Amino acid sequence: MDLLEYQGKQLFAKHGLEISDGRAVTTVEDAVAAANELGYPVVVKAQVLIGGRGKAGGVKLAANEAEATEHATNILGLDIKGHIVHTLWIEKASDIDTEYYASILLDRSAKKPLVMFSLEGGVEIEEVAEKTPELLIKRNVDPLVGLTKDEALSIVREAKTPADVEEGVADILVALYEVWIEEDATLAEVNPLIITPDRKAKALDAKVSLDESALFRHPENAKLRYTQGEDEQEAAARAKGITYVALDGDIGILGNGAGLVMSTLDVVAQAGGTPANFLDAGGGSDAQKITEATEVILSNPNVKAVLFNIFGGITRCDEVAKGLIEAFGQLKPTVPFVVRLDGTNDVAGRELLEQANLPNVTPAKTMLEAAQTVVALAKENS
Amino acid sequence: MSVLVGNDTKLAVAGITGREGSFHTLNNRKYGTNVVGGINPKKAGENVEGIPVFADWATTVAETGANTAMIFVPPPFAAASALEAAAAGVEVVIIITEGIPAHDELKLYNQVKRDHPATTLVGPNCPGILSPGKANVGIIPASFFKEGNVGVVSRSGTLTYQIGNELAQKGFGNSSIVGIGGDPVPGSSFVDIIALFEADPQTELIVMSGEIGGSAEEEAAEYIAEHVSKPVVGYIAGFTAPAGKQMGHAGAIVSGSAGTAAAKQEALEAKGVRVGRTPTETAEIAMEILGS
Repeated sequence: MDLLEYQGKQLFAKHGLEISDGRAVTTVEDAVAAANELGYPVVVKAQVLIGGRGKAGGVKLAANEAEATEHATNILGLDIKGHIVHTLWIEKASDIDTEYYASILLDRSAKKPLVMFSLEGGVEIEEVAEKTPELLIKRNVDPLVGLTKDEALSIVREAKTPADVEEGVADILVALYEVWIEEDATLAEVNPLIITPDRKAKALDAKVSLDESALFRHPENAKLRYTQGEDEQEAAARAKGITYVALDGDIGILGNGAGLVMSTLDVVAQAGGTPANFLDAGGGSDAQKITEATEVILSNPNVKAVLFNIFGGITRCDEVAKGLIEAFGQLKPTVPFVVRLDGTNDVAGRELLEQANLPNVTPAKTMLEAAQTVVALAKENS
Repeated sequence: MSVLVGNDTKLAVAGITGREGSFHTLNNRKYGTNVVGGINPKKAGENVEGIPVFADWATTVAETGANTAMIFVPPPFAAASALEAAAAGVEVVIIITEGIPAHDELKLYNQVKRDHPATTLVGPNCPGILSPGKANVGIIPASFFKEGNVGVVSRSGTLTYQIGNELAQKGFGNSSIVGIGGDPVPGSSFVDIIALFEADPQTELIVMSGEIGGSAEEEAAEYIAEHVSKPVVGYIAGFTAPAGKQMGHAGAIVSGSAGTAAAKQEALEAKGVRVGRTPTETAEIAMEILGS
């Protein structure tokens, strides 16, 4: 779960990282009031879950009230790569001497936390990693020990950080690691980490991703989920406990098991279709969950045809059939369905469907046949 | 032979008294797996259809000689139970539970590696391991598979069934089917399981089924080129997955340009591993190699 900059900064502050004073607002009026209260100059920053805000005109310096009004007006509602700005972070402007980069992430290959630090901050770190990898220090940390101050200092020194700010930067790394651990983050990034003219280190930006699976032990963080920009169907699916990802095609997909569903999307694409969604009904789904999932798929107006691809393990095909029959009774879909049932209780499931004689439902024997059929039907129906 | 579970398996189950835990434990026993005990601190002294329930892993191992653990307890407690099993000397610890925090997995993996290096962790968020004709530990529907010479290792459960079923329909069976799970920090990676299949005399061909996220498939490609003499056939799911979206599995996410299906396929093919474009084609390639 990705956090907005200001939410990340609030977690930073909780763990002792130095940040600038600021306010999160959603209207021009509140933005100006916050700027007046903080004192000029301020920075007006778009809060969206996408990078490249500055280049898109989403970050502006305001020297006075007129400029604060102008920038807040322009940035609120701005479309940054498809993300509409609903929230602004008004922050007291900082004097910047130098910009560094720091992050902690989960290194899946080493199966350890990874600390990354560079004196080349304020730019895309992927570029630094590609063009001048020697300027990006990477150090795996033993998660059973944690990041000690000594190790942080050694990372900072390896990067040839000026001696007078070594301590301050190392303290930020240690605090950042604490954020990462204590908040169950998968990413905690500061870019830029700035050095002010009076030689203090400070986090000028924050990019934090939290582990969804750990939110049960952070109820206060669970409330930080940013839902304003969220897809309607994704929100509805999450409320029902269904794993759903919106895509931009016209073939609704339901399967069981993440791998099989991903594979189904691929096979549909290979057959010349475009999937409208990823939906994993999960293991052991009962009829009711299937009905609810069908409702979510059909609530997307782009859907021209639907494919059910089930290979039952814990999932029982007769339950899937019952759920689909119930969904037809409730929702009376007008788009064609293709249903492939294999695995546990497949014969019973197919019989149920045959007896129900649902309009517009085509059974398929294999995954490939199912994909080809649904692609053809979607084309006919569009 | 087979890998990790087989005729010598003595299985004990943490979470045996839960709805899912008891259902699958009994299914495993029905298949022929030697189930020797279960753990629930609140129900020690009771039994589940004759399987004795103990208070902790140390007692279970002492009383029963259990050498294999299956973890079915809820996410907040699963990593602790797995660690306890490893500390009690269990050789193979298989974690079925989905939704364990990534940091718990990270600490568990590193602690088992440091303090209990003789233990093999498999999972979390995996369907378990089936060695057809010998033992089934987990939730894999065994009726679709028969004994044979194809070793399968996969990050996804249902995709394994899909590929395994296509092989079975053409008459091919499996030495073992190992689900390594869809989480960011799996206890065993492709490389670990492929090494076991390489050493297993029953296995003549290895199918590895990967998906987007991380770099385990790329690491497997390197390993195969250096250390594996048996033919390996690959499959990768998630070519149509958009960047930055978690596709069901916690570990299935393309981060920027890293972890894409295309990159994984390329890495495998660059090392001479044939990769099927669909599960069907994957099974067909396997059959073509075995049949020749």
